[in-house]
Amino acid sequence: MAEKKFKVIAETGIHARPATLLVQAASKFDSEIQLQYKEKKVNLKSIMGVMSLGIGQGAEITVSAEGSDEADAMNTIEETLKREGLAE
Amino acid sequence: MSFLKGIAASNGIAIAKAYRLVEPDFSFEKRTVDSPEEESVRFQGALETAQSELETIRDRAMEELGADKAAIFDAHLLVLRDPELVSPIEEKIKSESINAETALKETADMFISMFESMDNEYMKERAADIRDVTKRILSHLLGVQIPNPSMVAEEVIIVAEDLTPSDTAQLNRNFVKGFTTNIGGRTSHSAIMARSMEIPAVVGTKTATEEISNGDIVVVDGMNGEVHINPASELLDQYRKVQEDYAKQKAEWAKLVNEKTVTADGIHVELAANIGTPKDLKGVRENGGEGIGLYRTEFLYMDRDQLPTEEEQYESYKAVLEGMEGKPVVVRTLDIGGDKELPYLNLPKEMNPFLGYRAIRLCLDEQDIFRTQLRALLRASIHGNLKIMFPMIATLAEFREAKAILEEEKQGLAAKGIKVAESIELGIMVEIPSTAVLADQFAKEVDFFSIGTNDLIQYTMAADRMNQQVSYLYQPYNPAILRLVKMVIDAAHKEGKWAGMCGEMAGDETAIPVLLGLGLDEFSMSASSVLKARSLIRNLNKADMESLAEKVLEMGTSEEVVEAVNAATLS
Repeated sequence: MAEKKFKVIAETGIHARPATLLVQAASKFDSEIQLQYKEKKVNLKSIMGVMSLGIGQGAEITVSAEGSDEADAMNTIEETLKREGLAE
Repeated sequence: MSFLKGIAASNGIAIAKAYRLVEPDFSFEKRTVDSPEEESVRFQGALETAQSELETIRDRAMEELGADKAAIFDAHLLVLRDPELVSPIEEKIKSESINAETALKETADMFISMFESMDNEYMKERAADIRDVTKRILSHLLGVQIPNPSMVAEEVIIVAEDLTPSDTAQLNRNFVKGFTTNIGGRTSHSAIMARSMEIPAVVGTKTATEEISNGDIVVVDGMNGEVHINPASELLDQYRKVQEDYAKQKAEWAKLVNEKTVTADGIHVELAANIGTPKDLKGVRENGGEGIGLYRTEFLYMDRDQLPTEEEQYESYKAVLEGMEGKPVVVRTLDIGGDKELPYLNLPKEMNPFLGYRAIRLCLDEQDIFRTQLRALLRASIHGNLKIMFPMIATLAEFREAKAILEEEKQGLAAKGIKVAESIELGIMVEIPSTAVLADQFAKEVDFFSIGTNDLIQYTMAADRMNQQVSYLYQPYNPAILRLVKMVIDAAHKEGKWAGMCGEMAGDETAIPVLLGLGLDEFSMSASSVLKARSLIRNLNKADMESLAEKVLEMGTSEEVVEAVNAATLS
């Protein structure tokens, strides 16, 4: 399993367009991809799951991937987060 | 054939097929199914059709309306394919042997109430996305049709309960020939939109959505506020004739595009236009607007999920200033609140939003928002003839504070070596009676006044302009209003300043003669009204209008004023 922690830097946190981009990125992979914030863990392929977390600026989040393409998936998610200036 | 009476909201005659922007019937019964497997297949089928439908709408929106408007459909597509939504529905169909409609509704409702219970306005709004997607899937399960305004591909008349800014954003301007709504008045969003699109509209018909079916031939008479449904051929011919005459009349007015707005006795007044976005400039040029009297900057902030950046604002302001090639552009700073909400600001709901936390009140409190806008404006000022005005000023202290903030930002930019125009006129909207009454004091400190009549009338008459039951109190010709207008104009002139008007009243044929007589310097209106107003003013004698104004100020009712104006101008 691949796992990585990030800190959200985007002023508006992760909703709307950023959430859409993340879910679109995650949905391309077969692996199970999860997003954890505080005690809550959701499916990163679920737009409603991601938005329900209400992730704001400064939040510490953890992304985990498990499956045949977990390494690729993790790279892509990380790249999306950084390219869009969402998290570091 | 039948006939509806409503409020004439935008001039002209439109004849086309009806297109109902009305929700279909989504009712269904909960029932058990014999084969959950088959039901599941039916559900998958509805999902697929809904998906390809959404993809088509998204692509279309992308082409016609831009990436901004298309983004919402991308979000819908993700909700539609959300595993957390789809799997529980499939589970439910199988474990409870119930129909797909029920499984969908029950699962979606759970998510909707979850989002609605969050204490964040933005998240609450997401419930609407889920509701939209649920309806789309339901429509395919039930075999009913959801209107898709962005997919319209022939000339139509839009029939709706009301039109919101997001509805109108989806309309394809090439095909929408007119619209008619159940609710609304001359100053509601739907009416303002129709005038800026220059298409006829009749609002407030109460029953248009009940009386009109898809495909009916509808005549929208935006002059008289009448809607005819499947009219007899004689009537249809008559209307075609009126339509032609109106087109000829417009062609006649069009000759005045490059003419000056001068009265018969040689006095010049300025005819400017109201705009909401840089896109509206085309209409201003085509109609010979001599400037922009009101640039409503709210549209930059609406229909999105976060504040516009300084850079985005700068680009829009620059585009308008450059587009007007040195002609005056009066920009109104953010006027949000009242009937215009920004969900992402998370403002609390108010009992009396029109009397509440809005416009300059909000800007002086949330100064980051205000300062960002002012910086964008100051930076853009070098690209044209910029004038700035503050909305909803009630006291001199508010104006002084807003002006001080503007000065601070100016200094800040200067310190960084960023260029700003040397003189930028600074004015206020006069829309609160206290300010009109104290105009003589304000006139010593401001560079100009712009009278916002829509609000000035509602506050003076204490009549909510969104409430149809008190709409009879919306009386622009009431001598009480005319006296306030006179006070403002006189106060400005005494200090050598100018006074304009940017409400609906400025483009009104009955009001114009009186306003001219009162000495109004600038009239700002929907671009589509400019040429008509110019043609009217060129036939009026300012000296005569002065004595008319003097006379009507001494009258007691609107009706007497209208009668006196008609007598003086039709003779």
